[in-house]
Amino acid sequence: MTTTLYTSDHEWLAIKGDVATVGITDYAQQQLGDVVFVELPKVGRTLKKAEAAAVVESVKAASDVYAPVTGEVLETNAELAAEPALVNSDAQGKAWFFKIKMADKGELGGLMDEAAYKAHTA
Amino acid sequence: MLAHDDQDSLKRTPLHGLHVSLGGKMVPFAGYDMPVQYPAGVLKEHLHTRASAGLFDVSHMGQIALRPKSGRVEDAARALERLVPQDIVAIAPGRQRYAQFTNADGGILDDLMVANFGDHLFLVVNAACKDADEAHLRANLSGDCVIDSLTDRALIALQGPKAEAALAKLCVEAPAMKFMDSDPRKVAGLDCFVSRSGYTGEDGFEISVPAADAERLAKTLLENTDVLPIGLGARDSLRLEAGLCLYGHDIDTTTTPVEAALEWSVQKSRRSGGARAGGFPGAEKILAHFDNGAARRRVGLLAQGRAPVREGARLFADSAGGEPIGQVTSGGFGPSLNAPVAMGYVPTASSALGTQLFAEVRGQRLPVAVAAMPFVKNTYKR
Repeated sequence: MTTTLYTSDHEWLAIKGDVATVGITDYAQQQLGDVVFVELPKVGRTLKKAEAAAVVESVKAASDVYAPVTGEVLETNAELAAEPALVNSDAQGKAWFFKIKMADKGELGGLMDEAAYKAHTA
Repeated sequence: MLAHDDQDSLKRTPLHGLHVSLGGKMVPFAGYDMPVQYPAGVLKEHLHTRASAGLFDVSHMGQIALRPKSGRVEDAARALERLVPQDIVAIAPGRQRYAQFTNADGGILDDLMVANFGDHLFLVVNAACKDADEAHLRANLSGDCVIDSLTDRALIALQGPKAEAALAKLCVEAPAMKFMDSDPRKVAGLDCFVSRSGYTGEDGFEISVPAADAERLAKTLLENTDVLPIGLGARDSLRLEAGLCLYGHDIDTTTTPVEAALEWSVQKSRRSGGARAGGFPGAEKILAHFDNGAARRRVGLLAQGRAPVREGARLFADSAGGEPIGQVTSGGFGPSLNAPVAMGYVPTASSALGTQLFAEVRGQRLPVAVAAMPFVKNTYKR
């Protein structure tokens, strides 16, 4: 079973066991506009919660994507690196950024569920 | 490019209501509440302008009439030559020229367009500089000219390959105009000033229209399905691909016209040995740059990877070590090139086309090459 949680920085995490798939929300892609470049973390890198993990760039500006939890990067989305516009067309599906093996699932406690995130962006 | 103004103190152009009704995403820019993009988005707006036609609200820019007290336009032209290194006297009636106000150090106070309207000069200056420009003109030219700030006019740019056909429906003489022609003309029966120029590298027009009629004119142009409204985001990416300078970024009070690679804009008559050589602020330094070269130069930069190289990125000669040799002054993603594009200043010795340099982006040095500008071929109707 997969649970989806959200951060106040507009990342989503799809959690299955101790692995989280991370991307940016549809709300975030609407704010960014046309995405033309993404930089993904290296597989094997250990990310600390709140550390800059990836970069997403629109025509106009670059924005950091933060690690929502501490853990090791297991896999990154090669399809997204080749086609950054996927962020605009399918932010919460095909445009996942990376999968991370969570070191401490206790860190999930501060995150929002879908209803709370909707209220946060309303 | 976005200033951090207090939302409440922001000024509005006569087209503000139209922007909001069209779904424009409004942001503060140079003291105005302006559309950075519409629902189509920066990428589509940019590509649409190059393929069809885009309508831009540039009413935040300053429009100033310089009226000679003698009644002879050449007296206004001679007076203005005291403030700019351009040959203003030689601008024929119905023509305009790109110019810069310079300071005593040879730096650039603002860049502007100067048109000869037969009995007076018409100036278009940058929004962020317009109050200072007006004060500068009053302080220096009041003896010869009446300086008339035309605050009751809007300014609309119509740019792209279908701009001519779109404007021809409202102004039959428009197709006969050549690049940099500029004149008072009727558009849709309104008393406009029309120039064949712009800030995108595309053929197109800039139309000064009475503020009260601006929304009606814009709506009439937008009824043509070839014409889409375009925000400041695409305006910036279009001018960057066209290699055009953005004041306050690529040129400022610390850059001379020679360092900025704007030699083409300074006519021979104002250079050493010319009929009216010098006689503008900073002439000694600017003419020395013409005669002996400048130590640094504005160049185009193309990245080899996909990562945009943005304003402020430091430039290095080598992939590791050494001190920075220059800095990027404008950079981003060029939608028509489908690649990152940038410009910046480098030592003249490193300014030859093809020179390999490195731009520091998030701690990494990315290879970039000095490249010819414009990045996208311009389509002016000369």
